[in-house]
Amino acid sequence: MTQGKASPDTESAVARSGGRGPRLGWDRGALAQRVAGLPRPVKLALTGLFVLFLYALPLLEIPLISTPDTDFGAVLFTVASYVLVALGLNIVLGYAGLLDLGYVGFYAIGAYTVAVFGSLQAQLSWWVLIPLAVFLTTISGVLLGAPTLRVRGDYLAIVTLGFGEIIRLTALNTEWLGAARGITGVPRPPSVELFDIPHLQWSGATAVVDLDDTTTFLVFGVADQAPYYWLMLTVIFLVLGADRMLRLSRIGRAWEATREDEDAAELMGVPTFKFKLLAFACGAFIGGLSGALFASRQGFINPESFLLLLSILFVAAVVVGGAGNRYGVILGAIVVAYLPERFRGFEEWRLLVFGLALLILANYRPQGLIPPRRARRAQAVDEQLDALEEGTARA
Amino acid sequence: MPSTALEAQPTARNGAALLSLDDVSIQFGGLKALDGVSFDVREGEILGLIGPNGAGKTTCFNVMTGVYQPTSGEVRFAGEPLGRRKRFAITRLGIARTFQNIRLFGNMTALENVLVGADAHHRTNVIDALVRSPRHRREEREGEQTAREVMRFLGLERRADELARNLSYGEQRRLEIARAMATKPRLLCLDEPAAGFNPAEKAQLMDLIRRIRDRGLTVLLIEHDMGLVMGVSDRVAVLEFGRKIAEGSPAEVRSDPAVIAAYLGTEADDVEDFHQEGTL
Repeated sequence: MTQGKASPDTESAVARSGGRGPRLGWDRGALAQRVAGLPRPVKLALTGLFVLFLYALPLLEIPLISTPDTDFGAVLFTVASYVLVALGLNIVLGYAGLLDLGYVGFYAIGAYTVAVFGSLQAQLSWWVLIPLAVFLTTISGVLLGAPTLRVRGDYLAIVTLGFGEIIRLTALNTEWLGAARGITGVPRPPSVELFDIPHLQWSGATAVVDLDDTTTFLVFGVADQAPYYWLMLTVIFLVLGADRMLRLSRIGRAWEATREDEDAAELMGVPTFKFKLLAFACGAFIGGLSGALFASRQGFINPESFLLLLSILFVAAVVVGGAGNRYGVILGAIVVAYLPERFRGFEEWRLLVFGLALLILANYRPQGLIPPRRARRAQAVDEQLDALEEGTARA
Repeated sequence: MPSTALEAQPTARNGAALLSLDDVSIQFGGLKALDGVSFDVREGEILGLIGPNGAGKTTCFNVMTGVYQPTSGEVRFAGEPLGRRKRFAITRLGIARTFQNIRLFGNMTALENVLVGADAHHRTNVIDALVRSPRHRREEREGEQTAREVMRFLGLERRADELARNLSYGEQRRLEIARAMATKPRLLCLDEPAAGFNPAEKAQLMDLIRRIRDRGLTVLLIEHDMGLVMGVSDRVAVLEFGRKIAEGSPAEVRSDPAVIAAYLGTEADDVEDFHQEGTL
């Protein structure tokens, strides 16, 4: 596997895998294969550098990437929370193939748990609130899934769509949950003041260290958003690891088999209902976690924060990126969350531009930006077959 | 045929009843798809289930594998009533099947398809998978052993990493059998496995079915091709309009007037052709 090779040539595919151990999961792309061919220490160093770069992003404030019209740390946090949500929805939509149009409901339950029990009705510690939020969201996922996962396809989409709206309307109309006023004073993550890290200051292509503009590690305040981003990034790495473990196990296979042919899967010994419920619970877990972190960054939430539009954007992130590929949906989330912020300067035009960008993507890359490798391979084979059929028709 | 991974015990041919249908009826609204059907599949035999289109053969399969519940009557497997068991539970009990229209998991590799079958008896849960527990690692190792062994048995080992949808038609049919065999069944139900095969492929399939039986599996075969059914089956049961009209050895069934009438009408010439060619 030293050569970067992307052709669907069956002979070489057999030769590449012949005699070697199992090659489960996604096939690797050309770039990934080249990286995989590097010696282990180099690989580790490269990975380490990349991770470090991601953590350093809010300090580097690189021109072009950085957002001129909004605080870059805040934008990074928003993008990261979309990434986390997309990873959760990817399990439901990408792996198990369940169209959930009410995913914002889980996000809202996570956020409201933190707000209600941290400020409005009780003053629990942040360390208790996050597990509680995740627990309640997972339970709500199971409660929603148990009756609704018995229906399929379009019906599930409609039921989940209703769920998302019901959660929002319940919050809007319940005094105990703050109603339309919302909830203020949501607890922030506990701070530890350790040391100051300076930001970079760019003038043209040269950067200088700006000792007046610093981020204190690790203070979760109001003005400086970088620590929230670091927290979210850490959570994302943990979720990515867990996602990979599940994907490369009996559970990932069962999800995929259920998506491909539910009846056949059931008849091959897969308790499909149980696994669909598990996918829902995993998705709810991650969605709730994201919502809980969102609320504790924001400090204030109201029902307006959890509109239906958000559910649609989440689905868009997964589909644009490539449902079923965890790196694809990360890219999709970045596109969906970052582009509107980057082009905030265009004022009202930005949503139009964003919509156009989505249209272009849907037209030219319907399988997503980074589709699962197999979708790409299958498509290549289909194209070959089409070409062959045309050839015989002409002959 | 030594089979370490499948742990199949060769059993005496034509032994005790492994699967029994006892007066099974199924009613879909006004239509009686099965009407008081009774027959046994004996341990270690190859039983052919034949009948004209719409006679209720696939309905029979669906009753055995839990897709439908019988309106009346009972299905017993190894002496135990199936009752209202779920489909996946019946598979774990030891009944596996293939489909008349190929129903593979197209976007998974051939190996992964077979692994799903092997997973039928696995217990790995979320925690196991997350921490890579000993159970997870043992089941992954054993599952892959089983899968690769079954694929080798069916001549698919070189196609392990291909997407199922990219395999040839014949390979897809065999992959379905591999996936079903990976669930370590005692009874394998094949629903028209020779559909779309040419004579050479049919001959290979007959050989394959015999080899499957020699591994200790009991085989129930639905097939339209008379030559194949008569050639490979130890016994044959015949359905017509949801009723069993005959049961016995291929020779007995072939000369049964009711069967001849069902397939051919009663024209004497046709009966003669049938006897000589053994095919329709």
